[in-house]
Amino acid sequence: MSRYEITVGIECHVQLSTKTKLFSEVDNDARGKEPNSCVSPVDYALPGMLPRLNGEAIKFAIRAGKAMNCEINPNSRFDRKHYFYPDSPKGYQITQFYHPIIGAGYIELPDGTKIRIEHAHLEGDAGKLTHFSNYSLVDLNRVDTPLIEIVSMPDIHSAKQAHDYCKELWRAMVYAGVTNGDLYNGNMRFDVNISLAPEGSDKLGTRAEIKNLNSFRSVEHAVEYEYERQSKLLDKGEKIKQETRGWSDATGKTTPQRSKEEAQDYRYMPEPDLPPIRLSKKFIEEEAAKLPTTPKQYREKFKNIIANDTLEILLDYKPLMEKLAELKEKSVARVSNLFTSVLLAEEKSVEMLNSLPTATQLSELCEMTEKKELSSTASKEVFLRFFDPDMKQKTARDIAKELNLLQENDLSALEKIVDGVLANPATKQAQEDFKAGQEKVIGFLVGQVMKASQGKANPSSAQEILRQKLKN
Amino acid sequence: MKIANKTVTATQLVKDALAKAKHFEDYNIFTFLNEEGALKKAAEIDKRIANGEKVGKLAGVPYALKDNFLSKEGNTTASSKILEPFKSPITATAVKKLEDEDAIMIGRTNMDSFAHGSSTENSYFGPTLNSADKARVAGGSSGGSAVAVALDIVEFATGTDTGGSIRQPASFNGIYGLKPTYGTISRYGVIAMASSTDCIGFFTKTPEDMDLLMSITAGQDKNDLTTLPDYYDKSEAKEVKKVGIIKDFDNDAVSPELSHALKIKVEKLKKQGYEIVELSMPSLKYALAVYYIIVPAEIASNLSRYDGIRYGFRSDNITDLESIYTSSRNEGFMDENKRRIMIGNFVLSSGFYDAYYLKAQKARTLIIKEYEEAFKKCDVILTPVSPNQAFKLGEKVNDPVSMYLEDVMSVPINLAGLPGLTIPAGTSEKGLPTGLQLIGPRRSDKTLINFAKELK
Repeated sequence: MSRYEITVGIECHVQLSTKTKLFSEVDNDARGKEPNSCVSPVDYALPGMLPRLNGEAIKFAIRAGKAMNCEINPNSRFDRKHYFYPDSPKGYQITQFYHPIIGAGYIELPDGTKIRIEHAHLEGDAGKLTHFSNYSLVDLNRVDTPLIEIVSMPDIHSAKQAHDYCKELWRAMVYAGVTNGDLYNGNMRFDVNISLAPEGSDKLGTRAEIKNLNSFRSVEHAVEYEYERQSKLLDKGEKIKQETRGWSDATGKTTPQRSKEEAQDYRYMPEPDLPPIRLSKKFIEEEAAKLPTTPKQYREKFKNIIANDTLEILLDYKPLMEKLAELKEKSVARVSNLFTSVLLAEEKSVEMLNSLPTATQLSELCEMTEKKELSSTASKEVFLRFFDPDMKQKTARDIAKELNLLQENDLSALEKIVDGVLANPATKQAQEDFKAGQEKVIGFLVGQVMKASQGKANPSSAQEILRQKLKN
Repeated sequence: MKIANKTVTATQLVKDALAKAKHFEDYNIFTFLNEEGALKKAAEIDKRIANGEKVGKLAGVPYALKDNFLSKEGNTTASSKILEPFKSPITATAVKKLEDEDAIMIGRTNMDSFAHGSSTENSYFGPTLNSADKARVAGGSSGGSAVAVALDIVEFATGTDTGGSIRQPASFNGIYGLKPTYGTISRYGVIAMASSTDCIGFFTKTPEDMDLLMSITAGQDKNDLTTLPDYYDKSEAKEVKKVGIIKDFDNDAVSPELSHALKIKVEKLKKQGYEIVELSMPSLKYALAVYYIIVPAEIASNLSRYDGIRYGFRSDNITDLESIYTSSRNEGFMDENKRRIMIGNFVLSSGFYDAYYLKAQKARTLIIKEYEEAFKKCDVILTPVSPNQAFKLGEKVNDPVSMYLEDVMSVPINLAGLPGLTIPAGTSEKGLPTGLQLIGPRRSDKTLINFAKELK
């Protein structure tokens, strides 16, 4: 079996979280709302309606562009892309085919690889159809939600890289604050173009496009599947058909949807109802300056404090990074561990991320742990209580007190407890075994001390005292 | 213009207008008569007048609304089958401004379906007859509005002008018709024909009335991003000294009647001391071809929303999604609508876009520049509005190209976005009204209206 080099280019649609829609002033956030309740006469395409332009979407586009290291074009314009389908009330989508607002740039992957961005443009989203046996229902709530479509160069050469690119792009958009970034609800959707060519060939092969993937995992698996599918065909000497294919998570396969021969002619034309967008250099610079801290800047900031693997996990949660950035450097490592080992293991971690403890709460918790007032177990216990609605207003110390978690650090008091344990006949055998050289029995004895102290003893101090006493 | 006061009531004005509308029913002017609504509003205005309350500048003035303006009275149909059942929840900006000044809409007027045509024969509701000769066309597409004013049913009527649809019927019926500078009056709530050339304007019996209506309706609108910043009321009418005439139009295409009317007007202007400047504008001969590429492209696009799904007419002959579109559109649109949709989709098709649409846009730029050059040599340009006077019903309706040729002198200024004002120019030997148009640079609307006053 000969080997092939895979080339992947990705188009990504990002729904912008602006207050209102791209061309009208109705609510852009239709989550949990009745179908067709967030629709203006403009979105509904009544006769005589004209699009307005949402300035916030322009600002978001500038920020998104900067988050991808892109040029912002001072002159851009809208075009109409025509097609008939009930999800498109106007019979055309307003997009930027000829003069996009965002020019060339790149996304840098965690390993430093740069994937170039060809351009990105603003456009309105389509509505949603639900199909039943002999009828379909149309929901226009999503019509003209602002989107930016980000078109990458064919710089991606493995399934893993495709996954990483999508994830890094997602992070860039979420950190830029331009999207809710909820993949499950289609806030970002990926169209992946995949082609194979014999290794060393300077020509790209015929590509297949897998449309509408909405998770990083699906992107990775679809690319893997296509590599297998296309290389088998090429091995047999067959040609790859240029076509659009769909991916099924359930079967783990792509299947043909539309071939090039059936491809639609969108009859693009300049949108005559919207004047060109002209942006001054000053305006672009002012908006670009509003770009919040980027994932790359966080990596730079924490690279010597948080282990690389942990950092890459935590980077998926913007509120966490923002919280860590509020803390003193010495607390960062401990809090990042709490987040990784405690919070992310929780079932409700996503909800909990929306109401993180304050920097003061966290700092006090770190201090108490460092001073050994709290054991590491107790520290985790207190940390989780920060998310308890009844406790979240309280300080770390108050919670620790309330739960009786403060460690016994008074050595004389501890010594008394140890003496009590050693005097207990039930530990006699263990003491002898230890003296005879059975090291691990110390654990049992420490456990007894902990039990006697009702968990408040500092285990390492207890062990130290035990060893001293048993030596004599 | 007669405005309601303590002696002449709005109710009386409206009753007179409604009576005349019924008297001239055989002209097929109205697609809807707003009897109840108009009388109700008149009574309310009369009450305010009696109470000494403030009333608007157009208090009780009856007017007619072209059927492509959205308003809540009657159905807004654009004289088409596909919108026949459509009742608008929205009022167009221009209508709102008129109503705020207490004008009273007495009816919606017949037009070529979606304003596609030059005779009002393409209406789903049948043609409107010419005010001077019932055997002839009203002109179009705003035929109903022009005849309503010419027959003195109303004081004024609204129109839309995409390629001559106000100026030509004004000329065919011997009244004033203004197509303002592109972007002067908001298009919000007016059913789009071609977005880049559509203009809202009026038919009146005097230039003074035109001035008043412009002052009321012109202005920037946040709902129409192509409107210009307010300029009309701030602008000063420029004194006209030099009048341009276009040599390139003086050929066999223009009928003897109109050549004669132009010649008489020019002689009169010379006597009155105006300087006549002969202009050569060779690009204008491309204007009609350019127009019939760009405008159908925009039409095809703008008519895409009429799909039988959300509102308007839906065919009974449907079996699946595809047939909702094809049957509803096939049965709901007139032949001329379909012709323009096909031309438009053709010129926008992949592989043809550069050859047609893009090239037409470049030619359009040349036409714009040629006018700019011309206005360095003169203050206004005087031309016929169309090559012929009102033609006979049925004469051209089955010959689309000869119908399109009627637009040869009116479309260039739509492409250039300039204002054009039709002024009456007497009656020909056939007893038909003739009109001529005054054309000025962008934003010179007030100059044109003022000059029309001087020429009365």
